[in-house]
Amino acid sequence: MAEVLILVDAADGAVRKSTLELLTAARSIGEPGAVVIGKPGTAAAVKGTLAEYGAAKVYVAESDEFDDFLVAPKAEVLASVVAQASPAAVLVSSTPEHKEVAARLAFKIGSGVLTDAVTVNPDASVVQSIFGGAVTVQSKVSKGIPVITVRANSVAPSPAPGAGEEVAVPVEMSEAAKAAKVVDRVVEAKGSRPALTDASVIVSGGRGVGGAENFKIIEALADSLGAAVGASRAATDAGWVPHKMQVGQTGVTVSPQLYIAVGISGAIQHRAGMQTSKTIVAINKDPEAPIFELADFGVVGDLFTVAPQLTEELTKRKG
Amino acid sequence: MNIVVLVKQVPDTSAERRLNPADNTLDRASVDAVINEIDEFAIEEGLRLKEAHGGEVTILTVGPERATESIRKALSMGADKAVHVSDPAIHGSDAIQTAKIIAKALGTLEYDVVIAGSEATDTRVSVVPALIAEALSVPQLSHARKVTIEGSTLTIERLSESGYDVVQAPLPAVISVVEKINEPRYPSFKGIMAAKSKPVQTLTVADLGLGADEVGLANATTQVVSFEVAPSRQKGEIVKDEGDGGVKIADFLASRKLI
Repeated sequence: MAEVLILVDAADGAVRKSTLELLTAARSIGEPGAVVIGKPGTAAAVKGTLAEYGAAKVYVAESDEFDDFLVAPKAEVLASVVAQASPAAVLVSSTPEHKEVAARLAFKIGSGVLTDAVTVNPDASVVQSIFGGAVTVQSKVSKGIPVITVRANSVAPSPAPGAGEEVAVPVEMSEAAKAAKVVDRVVEAKGSRPALTDASVIVSGGRGVGGAENFKIIEALADSLGAAVGASRAATDAGWVPHKMQVGQTGVTVSPQLYIAVGISGAIQHRAGMQTSKTIVAINKDPEAPIFELADFGVVGDLFTVAPQLTEELTKRKG
Repeated sequence: MNIVVLVKQVPDTSAERRLNPADNTLDRASVDAVINEIDEFAIEEGLRLKEAHGGEVTILTVGPERATESIRKALSMGADKAVHVSDPAIHGSDAIQTAKIIAKALGTLEYDVVIAGSEATDTRVSVVPALIAEALSVPQLSHARKVTIEGSTLTIERLSESGYDVVQAPLPAVISVVEKINEPRYPSFKGIMAAKSKPVQTLTVADLGLGADEVGLANATTQVVSFEVAPSRQKGEIVKDEGDGGVKIADFLASRKLI
């Protein structure tokens, strides 16, 4: 059976959910080989989970140096694993960093790269959702080994045991790849909420929230659902929340199971980033707000009473 | 300092964008074309670097003839000159081919810093800056929310999910900047007038030493096989809050087994 490589995204001794999604998607094409690139000890911590989700092989490329660099050395190491394994395809998560790794890999091995796949077919062709979800395209890589980045939450992860055979990969980084060096990593927000990109529930606030202080209403609702917090461009433009929380055309594109838009009118800018969410709920005082055209359920009302009531109700029902 | 800013012309995001059924490529003709929004932040950053360190800002665009409109706008903001790679053979090129074309065009220029927007609003692939760095074998400093240059060292704050990474590299380097890194200036009347006489060099694929078999739809590394307009979402139930709006949402979530 053909091998399909996936690039593992691991942090703090655990794989991200998107990695389990990649393993699940890879199994539709062939036998998954999981590539772990990171500091020593990364693979040991996650190997069990990778095998549980179908990794027949776990390629281990570990070095203390990886913490000092971002994209370029990872692309080099991944290219060396591709040369060794000759896979049928390479699947990578659609995070900004891993998309860049995928692109540089494709360049190195003379392939094409497809980004933000929402479905990966058994023949390694993909479905992409473009123009903010308005158009669906079937695409394929027409040269070389397909390199595909998969959008988070596109595949439901399911376990299927694999052998998890460890394969050591020698780590070699060129001087050119080491030219851009990470000199500091700064954590700005406390990390108790899930990351926006792979959260299965997102609560976003917009112009209607009215100020930075009021965002605690959004945060409280998010916490009652274990959700990530997002924002519309109006809220980030106003400086109420940081730009990294922006969902939309020039921000993050998300596709969660549940998206709750609070005080967001639903301008095309915003819709482009959340239109493919499975279920959309909206709270807005304007009955004409375009967000209601997308919503599976909407309440026309004052967010300052509806949102806290929802938070209270959810907390109550949780017992 | 020689600063090159990459500018892409894209269909207006507020228009209904389409693919052309004849060859499944982006329909650029049927909608208004604008400068890619994030590229305005790249131009502004280039102008600020010039103001701080001296030198010249060159705009580099790959695109059809019509892209001259976007080039003029970039020049009216204050860039000094432009290079426009325009050739019907480029039509349908994918991200990797486009990066190769840009890398070749950069080869005809002197550059210390290449600045791009972090993504284009039409394709949203967001990897062309990384690909250019790969093609040129120069450092990649992408997704910057802050850029500083001291001597020959470039430092950026790269946006991360939990905050930012400080990334450093020697010049020359390729940067991509995110929206909100700065406040792009509006072209002044004087700037608009001056832009009319600024030099724009037009180059073809042959001028860059690329073969016709290296670019364009027929030689692309990826292919759109088919497309369809996504069915619009079924409009759901919208209720007016009668004092129980929050409870009703909870009921809805429970009915969908989301809680």
